Amino acid sequence: MIAVFAGLAAVTALASVLFGSNHLSMPAVVDALIHRGSDEASTIVFGVRIPRTMLGIVVGACLGVAGAVMQGHTRNSLADPGLFGVSAGAGLAVVIGVYAFGVVGTGITVWFALAGAIIASVAVFSITAAGSGTASPVPLALAGAAVSALLDAFTSYIVLADKDSLQAYRLWVVGSLSGRDVGVIWSVVPFAVAGLLLAFLNTRALDNLGLGSDMARSLGENVLVARIVGLASITLLTAAATAAAGPIGFVGLVIPHLVRPFVGTGHRFVLPASALLGIALVLAADVVGRLIGGVAEVQVGIVLALIGGPFFVVIARRRSLVAL
Amino acid sequence: MTGQLTGVRRAGGIRVGPVGLAWRPRVVIATIAALVLALILFVAGITIGSSALSVVDVIRALGGGGTGVQRLIVTELRLPRALTGAFVGLALGVAGALTQTFTRNPLATPDVIGVTAGASTGAVAAIVLGGGTYSVSAALLGGGIPLAATAGALIASAVVYGLGWRGGVESYRLILVGIGVASVLTALTSYLLVRAQIAQASQASVWLVGSLSGSSWPSVWPLLIVAVLGVALSLVTSTALGVSQLGDETAIAVGLHLQRHRLIVIALAVVLTAAAVAAAGPVGFVAFVVPQIALRTAGTSRPPLLLSGLMGTCLVLVADLAGRTIFPTEVPVGLLTTVVGAPYLIWLLVRHRKELSS
Repeated sequence: MIAVFAGLAAVTALASVLFGSNHLSMPAVVDALIHRGSDEASTIVFGVRIPRTMLGIVVGACLGVAGAVMQGHTRNSLADPGLFGVSAGAGLAVVIGVYAFGVVGTGITVWFALAGAIIASVAVFSITAAGSGTASPVPLALAGAAVSALLDAFTSYIVLADKDSLQAYRLWVVGSLSGRDVGVIWSVVPFAVAGLLLAFLNTRALDNLGLGSDMARSLGENVLVARIVGLASITLLTAAATAAAGPIGFVGLVIPHLVRPFVGTGHRFVLPASALLGIALVLAADVVGRLIGGVAEVQVGIVLALIGGPFFVVIARRRSLVAL
Repeated sequence: MTGQLTGVRRAGGIRVGPVGLAWRPRVVIATIAALVLALILFVAGITIGSSALSVVDVIRALGGGGTGVQRLIVTELRLPRALTGAFVGLALGVAGALTQTFTRNPLATPDVIGVTAGASTGAVAAIVLGGGTYSVSAALLGGGIPLAATAGALIASAVVYGLGWRGGVESYRLILVGIGVASVLTALTSYLLVRAQIAQASQASVWLVGSLSGSSWPSVWPLLIVAVLGVALSLVTSTALGVSQLGDETAIAVGLHLQRHRLIVIALAVVLTAAAVAAAGPVGFVAFVVPQIALRTAGTSRPPLLLSGLMGTCLVLVADLAGRTIFPTEVPVGLLTTVVGAPYLIWLLVRHRKELSS
């Protein structure tokens, strides 16, 4: 099954390079890929489409894996990566950037979003850990939801008072891969790589924690360390994806549910499968958004929800989904 | 059903017809305290404001006395506003408690059945697509937005329930279908906001936060009637709700008609939420936080319904009072319910963990 998911990811990546809102014929794209020149086709392919595809790959892999680790740790089917306050923190930081510092342009905004995301999730973990060592699932989810709501309230307060902030926020919050500086990719890649490494280090611990903390402990798992590694991984992955493309929380929420009926609940399969299917889903949605919207593209976050939503409903109805 | 359930009644309980309550002093004391607090806040909401009135002034104005201005302030502005706030809080609190009990998930709110997402899409569509000339916007504000919100809420939740049905509904599948439908609706709302003129986008953002500033008698009556009936019916289902917590097999074994019970609980949560959202917009966080606070205050295994409702009233009234008095310009109630509720929940979580470790 992993090979099928890898194939899907490769096909969508190719499609993302081949199709776009600029009318380049397919032979022209292939020609530009082989003979890189200074003509229009090469500029579009190497300057726009390939970076955008790379961004989609980073975002999709991050969100898919973050969702799987998140649901593994919280054992809650409603847990999406935004739950630790990452999306809300990044959103507030972006709005503060516009409102207080007049920051425009994705190259600088990305740093605000990263900082906001990481500060917010560290705050959530500190609240949960206050008074006791282990960060257990339910209070963690509740604290995350509480902090998210609080940060969103501050965002709304600024956005309601200032039209420039509203303008920036409403465009950021739908989630998009378009118009990002190439620098954006390089800003988030280190965080994404670190997050992926931590997630794969966490694989066995996630399986053991799925049996309950006590069982995991008796299997020789250091629950505290496992939790910290997992939470750090979720934070880094979601922060990277959110900073790069805005809050596309839906991917992290659905992917693990879609993957589990095919590969089972063992995380050594769930994690890579989630990464690959995440890439395929984000890129496919991005390509569709470019094609249906014409010059005014439909943002990837909106396409994801519009296509992914009904698809998710069908899966939820048809397969006996594997409960956590 | 009632016959079998009488057998599991606790000694020292109270039973009035189908409503059975175990005698839990902590729940009763907390409920009475919340009721008293709600009444104090209600009176405070009418007396405190940009022109302060004494309680005597208010009573005189209600009786038809006092100056014309005082009568106007009390009967046309503050009373409908306070009533809206009180019943929005009550409805959301009870709806949240019903949903969290039924799904056995502390993260679940009526939003998981698509109510809020549907209402938001309906209202934002009415604002963005209907906006334009002033007269059209004014007409929409009068009747169109609440109507569009109610329609959106009811259609969305009917769709979720219908799609979730597969020889019966089951909470896990219902939640997943709800996530799918809500994400589509949220995307539609975002799309409308991105494509809208900035003026309409701004108006829609205000509605999306939840505010009591537009409260008037025509919007109070539907809310009041739905909230009172809905809460009364919810209390009747309370015993069955407790039984359903024991797991599906046990609940069926002691004589609970599970699918009918689920339909009733979902319908009650949806209707209560829809009424509240139509009157004040999606006031944030109440349905989510209040049952969790009530649960921890009362020390019960599931959120007590009436206590959740009364705490919802307290939260909305406090938030509204703070929103219109503390700040130089009025802050919408939906922001403050979050700013008040979230830190309280955080404090409860921190304290709870300290108790466990000590």
